[in-house]
Amino acid sequence: MHESQVKIYTEDLNLFYGDNHAIKNIDIQVQENKVTALIGPSGCGKSTFLKTLNRMNDLIPYVKITGEVYLDNLNSYNDYDIVELRKRIGMVFQKPNPFPMSIYDNIAYGPRTHGIKDKAVLDEIVEKSLQSAALWVEVKDRLKQNAFGLSGGQQQRLCIARVLAVEPEVVLMDEPTSALDPLATLKIEDLVQVLKNNYTIIIVTHNMQQAGRISDHTAFFLNGEIVEYGATEEIFTVPRDKRTEDYITGRFG
Amino acid sequence: MLKPRSIEKFAKFILWCAALFTVTFLVLVLGFILSNGLPKVSWEFLTAEPEAMGAAGGIFSTIVSTVIFTVTTLVIAVPIGILAAIYLTEYISKGPIAGAIRFGTDALAGIPSIVFGLFGFAFFVVILKPVTGGWSLASGALTAAFMILPTIITTTEEAIKAVPDSYREGSYALGATKWQTVSRIVLPSALPGVMTGVILGIGRIVGETAALLLTLGGSLYVPLSLTDPASTMSMHLYKVAMEVGAMDMAFGTATVLIITVLLINISANFIMRGLKRRTTT
Ligand SMILES: Nc1ncnc2c1ncn2[C@@H]1O[C@H](COP(=O)(O)OP(=O)(O)OP(=O)(O)O)[C@@H](O)[C@H]1O
Ligand SMILES: [Mg+2]
Repeated sequence: MHESQVKIYTEDLNLFYGDNHAIKNIDIQVQENKVTALIGPSGCGKSTFLKTLNRMNDLIPYVKITGEVYLDNLNSYNDYDIVELRKRIGMVFQKPNPFPMSIYDNIAYGPRTHGIKDKAVLDEIVEKSLQSAALWVEVKDRLKQNAFGLSGGQQQRLCIARVLAVEPEVVLMDEPTSALDPLATLKIEDLVQVLKNNYTIIIVTHNMQQAGRISDHTAFFLNGEIVEYGATEEIFTVPRDKRTEDYITGRFG
Repeated sequence: MLKPRSIEKFAKFILWCAALFTVTFLVLVLGFILSNGLPKVSWEFLTAEPEAMGAAGGIFSTIVSTVIFTVTTLVIAVPIGILAAIYLTEYISKGPIAGAIRFGTDALAGIPSIVFGLFGFAFFVVILKPVTGGWSLASGALTAAFMILPTIITTTEEAIKAVPDSYREGSYALGATKWQTVSRIVLPSALPGVMTGVILGIGRIVGETAALLLTLGGSLYVPLSLTDPASTMSMHLYKVAMEVGAMDMAFGTATVLIITVLLINISANFIMRGLKRRTTT
């Protein structure tokens, strides 16, 4: 994994929820314009780790973090304004969470909060983002309708479009397809393949086939630690650690 | 021993009786008042000034006063209540200060209105007389605002807490600030709940008499400014029934009062819907 540049890396990253040591000594380098999959059994800290990257954990008062996270070689916790950081690192959640407003306003929400008011500019951003999220054709005639009228899969693509609208560089996805049917899942997976040309993507998944299909690198988490991290092909064919092998072959977890 | 089936039947019967009783009672009260009051209500009754302490003439000034008084009270109480609720839930939800304020609002909610009236009289009417004009719409509205503040704060808090965290997360993750998240996502979603509080508040102040007898002044002229004394329909109803003894006028006033409350609720709903549309599109 030397082909491309490092977009994000961590140094001895630890996170505590009160006394619960949820993330332990994480050192990871995430490559630019690649898809990195995070796998591991439930409760091993995948979501928690993901949220350290866009500082969503800052919202929880009893969280304590030690170690460093870097985005483009600048310290995420010291060198960035949190708004700027979150603009550059977007996040898609496990359950589609559109806002209770129109499709258009959902997409325009991010740009508007960052000060864009010009209707023509917003129109363009909305169209471009929906195009990029492969949703434009399906919704272009009902942009003014409430986003709750969309199907689950469409809602999730809407949430992806909403993230793309603020032009991030990294997109974090926390089990983005776990609430979707197989067909909608496939659409998201295809989308991820296209998006990686322009974005660095980190995706949490419980679906081994999915990780195998769409990711370039895979990190296997266990009890808050990264047991193994490497090229997806290798992790899935010749895992170095017995625990990784056990997990991938479904012997535990 | 009774069989479960029999108990089920019996329970259903009791529930049915309770529902029937409620409806009957409601119809009875409304029917009694409207049948006595409606004949009295005429264009003349609505648009003429009261005469002879309300024994004759109409109730024009009290209708105007009721509307102005209600709107003024809401203009004071609703923004403060909503902002306080936002602060309590979104900014200091678990701290000791929030606990203290919540204890205070709960306690405030349980205080009888006549006590608010006494405070309003001593503070707004007497001490702040140079500002409020003594007995006046201002003194009455300020007093009433204190009375409905707890209701508005509590219902708004509940409504805000009911907004799913996933909305907040989605907003923060896009780089929105706390205030942007609160004002553009949380509050619009909570508006229907806030509305409930506002309607409850309206119900309480429109029907209020005790606190207003001590603060509003009871003038039967149309108030020309907020520092003028006034008389709401509820106060007027009390006076014509108990002091003047004009029962027909009292029933007529009660009828108009009921209709007014209905209209105020409908328009409040309308305004809130407009607000929601404006904040979400
Ligand atoms: N907000 C929180 N407060 C306290 N503890 C938390 C919180 N969120 C997660 N934890 C704990 O941190 C650990 C890691 O949780 P996390 O959600 O990161 O796991 P995960 O790998 O994403 O699991 P899953 O696959 O089920 O989503 C768990 O022990 C969990 O109970
Ligand atoms: Mg998770």
